[in-house]
Amino acid sequence: MASLSFSSSVSSSTPFLRPSAFLLSSRSARLPLVRAKIREIFMPALSSTMTEGKIVSWVKSEGDVLSKGEPVVVVESDKADMDVETFYDGILAAIVVNEGETAPVGAAIGLLAETEAEIAEARAKAAAQSPAAPPPVVEEPAPVAPKAEAPAPVAAATPGKLVATPFAKKLAKQHKVDISKLVGTGPFGRVTPEDVEKAAGIAPAPKANVSPAAAPVSPAAASPPKTAASYPEIPGAKVVPFTTMQAAVSRNMIESLAVPTFRVGYPIATDALDALYKKVKAKGVTMTALLAKAAAMALVQHPEVNATCKDGKSFTYNSSVNIAVAVAMDDGLITPVLQDADKLDLYLLSKKWKELVEKARAKQLQPQEYNSGTFTLSNLGMFGVDRFDAILPPGQGAIMAVGASKPTVVADKEGFFTVKNQMLVNVTADHRIIYGADLAAFLQTFAKIVQNPESLTM
Amino acid sequence: MHASILPLSTSNPPYSTLRPHSSSRLCGLQREAFGFCSPPQFRSRNLRAVPAKTHSRRLSVFSTSNTAAGNRSSAPASFDYDLVIIGAGVGGHGAALHAVEKGLKTAIIEGDVMGGTCVNRGCVPSKALLAVSGRMRELQDEHHLKALGLQVAAAGYDRQAVADHANNLASRIRGNLTNSLKALGVDILTGFGTIVGPQKVKYGKIGSSDNVVTAKDIIIATGSVPFVPRGIEVDGKTVITSDHALKLEFVPDWIAIVGSGYIGLEFSDVYTALGSEVTFIEAMDQLMPGFDPEIGKLAQRVLINPRKIDYHTGVFATKITPAKDGKPVTIELIDAKTKEPKDTLEVDAALIATGRAPFTKGLGLENINVETQRGFVPVDERMRVIDADGNLIPHLYCIGDANGKLMLAHTASAQGISVVEQLTGNDHVLNHLSIPAACFTHPEISMVGLTEPQAREKAENQGFEISIAKTSFKANTKALAENEGEGLAKLIYRPDTGEILGVHIFGMHAADLIHEASNAIALGTRVQDIKFAVHAHPTLSEVLDELYKSAKLNSHNTKPASEPVAV
Repeated sequence: MASLSFSSSVSSSTPFLRPSAFLLSSRSARLPLVRAKIREIFMPALSSTMTEGKIVSWVKSEGDVLSKGEPVVVVESDKADMDVETFYDGILAAIVVNEGETAPVGAAIGLLAETEAEIAEARAKAAAQSPAAPPPVVEEPAPVAPKAEAPAPVAAATPGKLVATPFAKKLAKQHKVDISKLVGTGPFGRVTPEDVEKAAGIAPAPKANVSPAAAPVSPAAASPPKTAASYPEIPGAKVVPFTTMQAAVSRNMIESLAVPTFRVGYPIATDALDALYKKVKAKGVTMTALLAKAAAMALVQHPEVNATCKDGKSFTYNSSVNIAVAVAMDDGLITPVLQDADKLDLYLLSKKWKELVEKARAKQLQPQEYNSGTFTLSNLGMFGVDRFDAILPPGQGAIMAVGASKPTVVADKEGFFTVKNQMLVNVTADHRIIYGADLAAFLQTFAKIVQNPESLTM
Repeated sequence: MHASILPLSTSNPPYSTLRPHSSSRLCGLQREAFGFCSPPQFRSRNLRAVPAKTHSRRLSVFSTSNTAAGNRSSAPASFDYDLVIIGAGVGGHGAALHAVEKGLKTAIIEGDVMGGTCVNRGCVPSKALLAVSGRMRELQDEHHLKALGLQVAAAGYDRQAVADHANNLASRIRGNLTNSLKALGVDILTGFGTIVGPQKVKYGKIGSSDNVVTAKDIIIATGSVPFVPRGIEVDGKTVITSDHALKLEFVPDWIAIVGSGYIGLEFSDVYTALGSEVTFIEAMDQLMPGFDPEIGKLAQRVLINPRKIDYHTGVFATKITPAKDGKPVTIELIDAKTKEPKDTLEVDAALIATGRAPFTKGLGLENINVETQRGFVPVDERMRVIDADGNLIPHLYCIGDANGKLMLAHTASAQGISVVEQLTGNDHVLNHLSIPAACFTHPEISMVGLTEPQAREKAENQGFEISIAKTSFKANTKALAENEGEGLAKLIYRPDTGEILGVHIFGMHAADLIHEASNAIALGTRVQDIKFAVHAHPTLSEVLDELYKSAKLNSHNTKPASEPVAV
C-alpha cells in the first residue's frame, strides 16, 4: 500500500485556508458602522495566554438594562471562568455570540445601545453583519428538533416528521447545517450524525469510537483478543513505539485482514499518456492527477468498483468519486483525497493535489481530506518497481497499484514485434461486492482511457 | 436531604427527580469489610453472637413443628426475638449488625434476595457499569490522553463481559452480606413478612404455610421499587427501568432517559460512554433539579452539553410505547404546565428513571391502624411509626426508602443504627443534614447539608446571614497532574458562628471528598476549627482545605457554633 506520490515538486503559493469556523473576521468592516452610541462588548483577554474564549452564559438577556460594573456575561478562558462586566451604562441590544460558542479575544460578542431608540438600529446592524461574519449567524437549526407530528396540515412546508438524533443535532448546529433539509438514512429514516457530517462535507469521525455489537442482545465481540506471540529476543534491539499515524496504519492493516480480496493485473501501453504528460506538464499537471482522473472516469462507468461493503450484507454505492492517493511521509503514510475527481478538470485537480500534499507534509490535513476516499491509487513506478500488490484499505472497494512504465517488446495480432512503453497495473478488490469480471471490465475501461488520453483533458 | 423537602419531592409531578431518588450509593461495602477483615472488634462481636445462634436453632425446631405459634400468642411476656427486621437490604443489614453488637437477639426476614435494591439492582451493579464507563471515557478522550503523552489505539468493549462484571459484583457483595449476618448469628427467615398484630409478624413464601414470630421490637425496612408513572408501558426490553438497565442486555443507539436525577444522570454517563446517544426528558424547567443550582449548571456544562445528549425540559412523558412491529419506541410529551401536547419522540429505547416508590404493600399495616402516605410509612424523627390517628405505635419502627425521609442506602443503615441505639437505652436522633449524597458520573457530584437556595431561605426565616466560599479544581496540584481541572467545591456557612450549612462538590473523586464535610456537620465542627486541620499534599482533599481557609468569618466571632441540629 505504501507509496510515494509524484508531486514532490510542490511549491504552490495557494494560501492555506484556515478553517474560519470561529473567526469573527470582518470586524474591521463592522467598526465604522457602529456609531458612538452603540458600543460593542468585546471578548476580553482573561489571561496572557488566552487567544479565544467561550461564552459560558449570558447573565443578561437582550433588552436588559445594564449599569456600569455589572456582570453581563460569563466567559471561559483556558484557565478560569470569569464574569465580564460592562464599562458603560446602556441596554444589551443584541447578543452576537451565543452561549456555548467561541470567539477570539477582541471580537465583538454583543452590542450595547445607549438608549432604547437605538436598540432597533443596533439589532439591524447585528443582523446586517451576520451574513458577512460567519459565526454570529443566529439561524439556529436546533429548534427544528424532532417536530411533533402535525395533526392538521399546518403549513405546507412540513413534508413529514423529521427525527434527528441528539448528536446529529449538535453537529448540525456546529457545522451550520440546516437539518430540516437532510434526508435521514438511519433507522426509521432518522437523521444520523453521519448524515450531517456528509452534508457538512466531513468524513465520519476518524477515530473508530466504540464498536458495540450492532445487533441487540447478541454477545459483542468488539475487542479482538490480541494475544501477542512472544518472539525470541535479539540482544541490542531497540523498541520504538508507533506514532499515532503508524498506529493508525497498523490498525487499518489488521482490519483489512477481515476482507476477502483478490487481484487482477493488466498491462497498459503508456506512449499516448506519456506524450500527453509532456504537453501538459508545463501547465502544472502531474502524473498523479492524470492517473487519478483516468481512474475516476473509469469508476463513473463502473460504480460497483467505487462501492463499499460496510456490513457484509449490502453494497453502498458512493455518490461521489473520491480518489485517495497514498503519499509516503517521514513517519508513515497518508492518503490525501481528491474529492470528486471525476468532475474536476485536470488543471484544477493538479492544483488541488499540490495543496493537499503541502498540507499533508505540514500535518494540517482535515479528517475529510484524508479519509473520505472511495478508491485508492498507489504508485511505486518512480522507484522502478514494475509490479506490486496493494492491501485494500478498510472501507473501500478497490485499490490500484501502478508500476513503472518502461519500454517493452510487444507482439501485435499479426505477430510483428514492436517496442512500446508499458506499465503494469494491479488492482486489489473486495470480492464480496466486486467480482472478477467487474474488475476486468473496469481495467479494460481504464486502459482504454489511458491509451486514448485525449478525453482526460476535456 | 432535609426532611421537610422530602414530602414535597414525592408530591411533585411524577418525573421530577429530586434528591431522595437514588439508586446510587456506595453502600454495604463498609459492612462487607467488617464481615471479612475481622478486625478485633469484629471478633468480639462474633463471640457475643454465639448465644444467639443457639437460640436460633431452638427456634427452627419450633417453627418446623409448627406448634409454637399458639403458645407464643398466649405468652406475650416472652418473645422469640428481641428484634425482627422486615427486609434485608442495606438498612436491615446495618440495623441487624448493630443490634447484634448491642446484644439483641435478632432475625431478619427477606422476601426477595439478600442485599435488597442497593446490592442487587442499584448502587452496587451501577458502580460496576460506571467503572467501565469511566475507563472508556478516558480511553476515548484523545485530547486528554495526548496531553498526558499517551497513545492508545481505539478502545472497544464486550457488552456481555461488562454486564457480567456488574452481575458478578452484585453476587459477591450479596454473598458477603449473607455471610456476615450468618457469622454474627442473625437468623435469616425467608418469605414475605406481614405484621399481624402488635409485636407479631408472620412470614412465609406465597403458597406455603406461614410461620409467626413474636418480637419485642419490629423494624420495617422493605425499601422501594422503581416508580413508573401511568401511561408508560414497561416491557423490560426497549422500555426499561434501572432494574433492567443494570443487566445491560443491549446498548441502544439512541435512548431516552425520563428523569435527570441521580439515576438518570449515572445511566447517561454509562450509555454515552458505550456509544449511545441520549435524550433527557425532565418535568422540571431545568435539568438536575435536585442539585445546588450552581453545581447543576457546571455539571450540565461538563456532563451534558459536550456529550451526545440533548434534552426536553418542562415536559411530561404521558405515553411511552415499546418498540414493536418494526416501529421504534414512541414517547408522547406534553407541556408540564399547560398540559398541551408538545412533541412525539421516536427512539430505540427508553429508561424510566423517575424515582422510586416505597415497597410497603402486603405489610399488613392495616392490622395495626397505619395508613401509608402515597405508600410511605409515616414516622417521627426517631423512625417510630405513626398510626392513622397520629399516635406513635410502640415497638414499631420504619427505616429507609419505605419511610421516604431520604432515599439513600446509607440513610437507611444510619436510621437502623439510630433505632437500635434507642432500643438499647440511648436516645438517638439522626441528623439527616449530615448525610452525604453522591452521583457517580465522570466527574462525580457530591453534597451534604443545604443547597444555596435552601440555606438562603432558612437564613431569612431565622434571621442570620450566610456566606459562600468556592474553590476550583483548576488550582489543585493533584487535579492538574491528572489533567482533571474541571471542578468546583462550594461551602455555605454562617459568617457569625462558623457553622457549616452545606458543602457541594463537582469534580474528580467528589464522592470520596465529601466525607470530611459531612463529618464536620455531624460533629458540629466549625469552619474556624477545621481550617487548622492538616491535609496531605498534594491531594484532592486540599480543594476542601482551601475552601475552609477561604471562608471569611466576622471578626468578633465569639458566639459558639450551634449544636448539630437534628432534623
